[in-house]
Amino acid sequence: MGGYLADMAELLGEFNILGAFWVNVQLTFWSAVFAFIIGTVLAVMRVSPAPSLRWAGAMYVNIVRNTPLTLIILGCSLGLWGQLGVILASNEAGRVDITANSFRLAVLGLSVYTAAFVCESLRSGVNTVPAGQAEAARAIGLGFGQSVRMIILPQAIRGAIAPLGNTLIALAKNTTVAQAAGVVQAASVMLTMIEFRPDLMVAIFLVVALGWVLIVLPIGLVTTFLSRRLGVAR
Amino acid sequence: MSTVLFDAPGPRTRRRIFALNVVGAVIVLGVLAWVLWGLAGKGQLTAAKWNPFLTESVWGDYLLVGLWNTLRAAAVSIVAANVFGLLFGLGRLAQSRLVRGICGTVVEFFRAVPVLIMMIFFWNVFSYVPGPWGGDAPFYGVVVGLTLYNGSVIAELVRSGVHNLPRGQREAGLAIGLTPAKSLRLVEVPQALIAMMPSMISQLVVILKDTALGYIITYSELLRSARLVGSTFANYIPALIVAAVIFIVINYTLTWVAERVARRLSSRTAGTTRPAGPATADAGE
Repeated sequence: MGGYLADMAELLGEFNILGAFWVNVQLTFWSAVFAFIIGTVLAVMRVSPAPSLRWAGAMYVNIVRNTPLTLIILGCSLGLWGQLGVILASNEAGRVDITANSFRLAVLGLSVYTAAFVCESLRSGVNTVPAGQAEAARAIGLGFGQSVRMIILPQAIRGAIAPLGNTLIALAKNTTVAQAAGVVQAASVMLTMIEFRPDLMVAIFLVVALGWVLIVLPIGLVTTFLSRRLGVAR
Repeated sequence: MSTVLFDAPGPRTRRRIFALNVVGAVIVLGVLAWVLWGLAGKGQLTAAKWNPFLTESVWGDYLLVGLWNTLRAAAVSIVAANVFGLLFGLGRLAQSRLVRGICGTVVEFFRAVPVLIMMIFFWNVFSYVPGPWGGDAPFYGVVVGLTLYNGSVIAELVRSGVHNLPRGQREAGLAIGLTPAKSLRLVEVPQALIAMMPSMISQLVVILKDTALGYIITYSELLRSARLVGSTFANYIPALIVAAVIFIVINYTLTWVAERVARRLSSRTAGTTRPAGPATADAGE
């Protein structure tokens, strides 16, 4: 048993598992930023008065939500880069910086995918606002812009915190799928470690799993706290 | 349509909406045209790239084989995940604090770990440990990974389904002399199960999409066979598009069924039958 633990400690020393998790955190951060931007635009389109924009927003959400993330990420790396020659990062010599390019393509895929869920979370936030609130706003003479800005949105965003938190957790876990674009992160390091020492497989899995629990639990606790704290009591 | 946001539009607003609609349509069509033009410019819309999909061999030898493997893994996983979910969901509602604690920990653990990490682990377990699975390690890796994750999600559905029933259901059960365990088994769980049907169908979509993760652990599912078509006929992009269309059609149909089922079942339970919102539906992949 002592030998097993010593072997595991040695293995963890050889592989930069913390660095690998850091890549997942970075993927999560950038994808969350872009997904939030795209998702907000989509949500605005889906509640806008113009039918063409509503239709386009709904099409986007229905297509993206029903496509596997692995396919989207593979499409970004194999399709956009491999076939169409889209390059998002190059070094000083003008050549493709493969590591950075894969990273950015993975961020692109994750953002495009997660945006659909951000949009639905925001929309479900709008749906938590009772119609009476908007009717009351109109009754006291507020216009569309005023009632959206002062009555609907403040309540809708607070109602959307819980679903947005779930989306963020799903996004964090989904960053492992960047494996399909060749980004070296926790899943890849786990693969190499198991290949290197298959006898330590269970310990490797438990260490990596623990890392994920440590990433996911705080996000869950914070968003639950925020949604309770900021949620509108009805 | 969110009636919360708009009043019935007057003539001036109607003109403004019309203008906005035209602008929106132009932008949407412009983006579509830009994408198609870009694809055509790179020679992706030529007949040579798309003709293979009119041949029998591409479907018979690649895509349908992959689709069958995808559906097979998804079907086994959904059955196993339901069994797992029901057991652990009931475990989380048990009287004994110990059982509740153990089941709660197991469920929370498998919900926190990415499916891909579990698939990689079990794929390796099945490859290194000899057993009846033989050379089918990727298949079992996919199935076990999907079962543990989605089973945990279903366990949560069972628990929240029971908690969301009106309290009177349990009180009535106790009032007619049932023990808490019997009230759970005879009154609450049957209604909770009906109430969660739509969410479970939505979970099918998650499982079906997540089988594509099997691509990474060399399981020859639809995505992998599409890639094989791409490398054989030098048409990666059309192959990926066709695979995406197949996934979308199946998943869209499942989502539609979930909505129909939700409407039909609402009279048979005291709980609410709504398909899972994005909050739970996206939790997988």
